[in-house]
Amino acid sequence: MDKKRYELNVQLAQMLKGGVIMDVVNVEHAKIAEGAGAVAVMALERVPSDIRKEGGVARMSDPALIAQIKEAVSIPVMAKARIGHFVEAQILETLKIDYIDESEVLTPADEECHIDKNLFSIPFVCGARNLGEALRRIAEGAAMIRTKGEAGTGNVVEAVRHIRAVNREIRQLVNMPVEEVTPFAKENGFPYELALQVRQLGRLPVVNFAAGGIATPADAALMMQLGCDGVFVGSGIFKSENPAKRAEAIVKATAYYKDPSKILEASLGLGNAMPGIEISDIPENQILAKRGW
Amino acid sequence: MDMIGVLDLQGDVVEHIDHLERLGVNAVRVKEPSDFAHLTGLIIPGGESTCLARLLSILGIRDPILRQFQRGLKLWGTCAGAILLAKEIVGEPPVLALIDIEIQRNAFGSQLDSFVSEALVPLVAPQPIPLTFIRAPKITRAGTDVAVLLRQDDYIVAAESPDVLVTVFHPELTPSLAFHRYFALKCGLKPSVNEESSMIDPTWDSRSWTRYTRL
Repeated sequence: MDKKRYELNVQLAQMLKGGVIMDVVNVEHAKIAEGAGAVAVMALERVPSDIRKEGGVARMSDPALIAQIKEAVSIPVMAKARIGHFVEAQILETLKIDYIDESEVLTPADEECHIDKNLFSIPFVCGARNLGEALRRIAEGAAMIRTKGEAGTGNVVEAVRHIRAVNREIRQLVNMPVEEVTPFAKENGFPYELALQVRQLGRLPVVNFAAGGIATPADAALMMQLGCDGVFVGSGIFKSENPAKRAEAIVKATAYYKDPSKILEASLGLGNAMPGIEISDIPENQILAKRGW
Repeated sequence: MDMIGVLDLQGDVVEHIDHLERLGVNAVRVKEPSDFAHLTGLIIPGGESTCLARLLSILGIRDPILRQFQRGLKLWGTCAGAILLAKEIVGEPPVLALIDIEIQRNAFGSQLDSFVSEALVPLVAPQPIPLTFIRAPKITRAGTDVAVLLRQDDYIVAAESPDVLVTVFHPELTPSLAFHRYFALKCGLKPSVNEESSMIDPTWDSRSWTRYTRL
C-alpha cells in the first residue's frame, strides 16, 4: 500500500466519526441499519452472540452473502477476516468491500502473526485492548482501531477497560520526558516511532471506535465520552426486542453523546435490550478479547 | 458576529473547523437550532449522507437550515453535504433540495476506487488545487442558474449557485485553503489569505485534525 492509499483509508475512517457501525446478517437487517442512520454495516453470517453460543470454528462469511448486502446498501460495507488469515483478506479485497475487520470474533488462523496489512490496498480495522496492541496493528497497516471489548455479551465492561487502558498509556506517554519513551515502549511493545507520534498528538494517529458489548444508547454515549470517535454495535441491535428503534436511538445518542437530555430521549421505550452475560461466567478459553497479540 | 458554522452531527467536522481557523475565520460547531444565530455561512461536511439526513429530520435541524437559508445563509456541502443540498438524488428523494443539480451517490464504486488528483479551478485559485475523492458522488446535471466550477470526464465535481456551493471532493482533507477561502468570500467575510499568497498551508498535515480530539 502506498502512502497516499493509506491516507485515503485513514480518511474514510475520519468520515465515519461520530457514527455507528452495525452488524447485519442479511439484506433486511442491512436496510434497517441504513434506514436508522448507520454509517456502515458489518456483513456477517452470525452475530457474535450466536457465534459464542454455537461454538466451533468461526470463519469469514460466505462471500455471496457479503455481496448481496453490498448490493443492497449505499453505505460502506465491512466484513471480518480471521486474525492472520491473509487469504480471507485477499478474497474480501477482491470482492471490493470497503473495509476489512481483522477480528478476534472469528477463530484465529494464526496464533503468532496478524495479517501484513501493508501489503493490501483495502483498509483494515483491528481490535486493541491496550496501546501496545493498537500501535502494533497500526504498524502492520491498520487504518482504524477499535476496542476489543467482549463481543456478543451485551456487557460494556471490557470495552470500558480497554479504552481506559489505551487512554491511560497515552497520558503516560504525553507526560513523560522523551528519554523515558524508549524503556516505556520496550516494556509495552510499542513501535518506537508510533509511540513518539502518539506522545506528540495526545491520541492515536487514526480513528478509534468502541466495540464489544455495546447494547444501549447510554453504553454508546459512555464510550464516546471516554474518548472514542464512534461506535460498533454487534449483537446489541438485532438481538434486542425492537431493532429499528434501538438502532436509531444508538445513532442519536452517539451523535449527541455530551447531551444527557438527548440521551434520555433516546433511551425511552426501547423494549428489552439483548440479554447480557457476566464476564466472570464465561469460561477462560472462550474469552474472545484474548485472541490477538 | 460573522461566523461560519460546521454542521456537527456526524462526519469530518473538525477538519473543516481546522481549515476555517487557518483562514482567521470564526468557526463554530452547529448542533442545535439555537446555534444558527450569527451565522453567515454553514458547511455541511463529509460523512454518510443517509445518517446525516436521518439525524437532520429526527433532531429538528432541517427546518432551521431552510429558514436561515431564506434569510440569506450561504451553504457549502462537501461530498455527503453536496448530496443533502441537491435538488435531485438519483433513485432517492431529495433532502434539503437547495441547489438545482442532480447527484449520484457513491458513484465511483468502493473504497478501492477512492483517489486523489489535482486540477486548476480558475475562479477559486490561480494555482492547481489538490482534490481528494472518498467514495464520492458525481454531479450528473446542473441547472441553468448553477455555474460549473470544475468538470472531470463526463461529470461535474464542483458547482455553485449564488447562495450554495457544492464539491464532491474534500478540500478539508488537503493542505489547500482555496475552497474555504472562496466560501468565506461568498459569505462576505475577509479571510486572512489573499489571492497573491499561496493557498497551500505548509503547517497543515494529515493529522492536524487530531488536535481537536487530544485526550
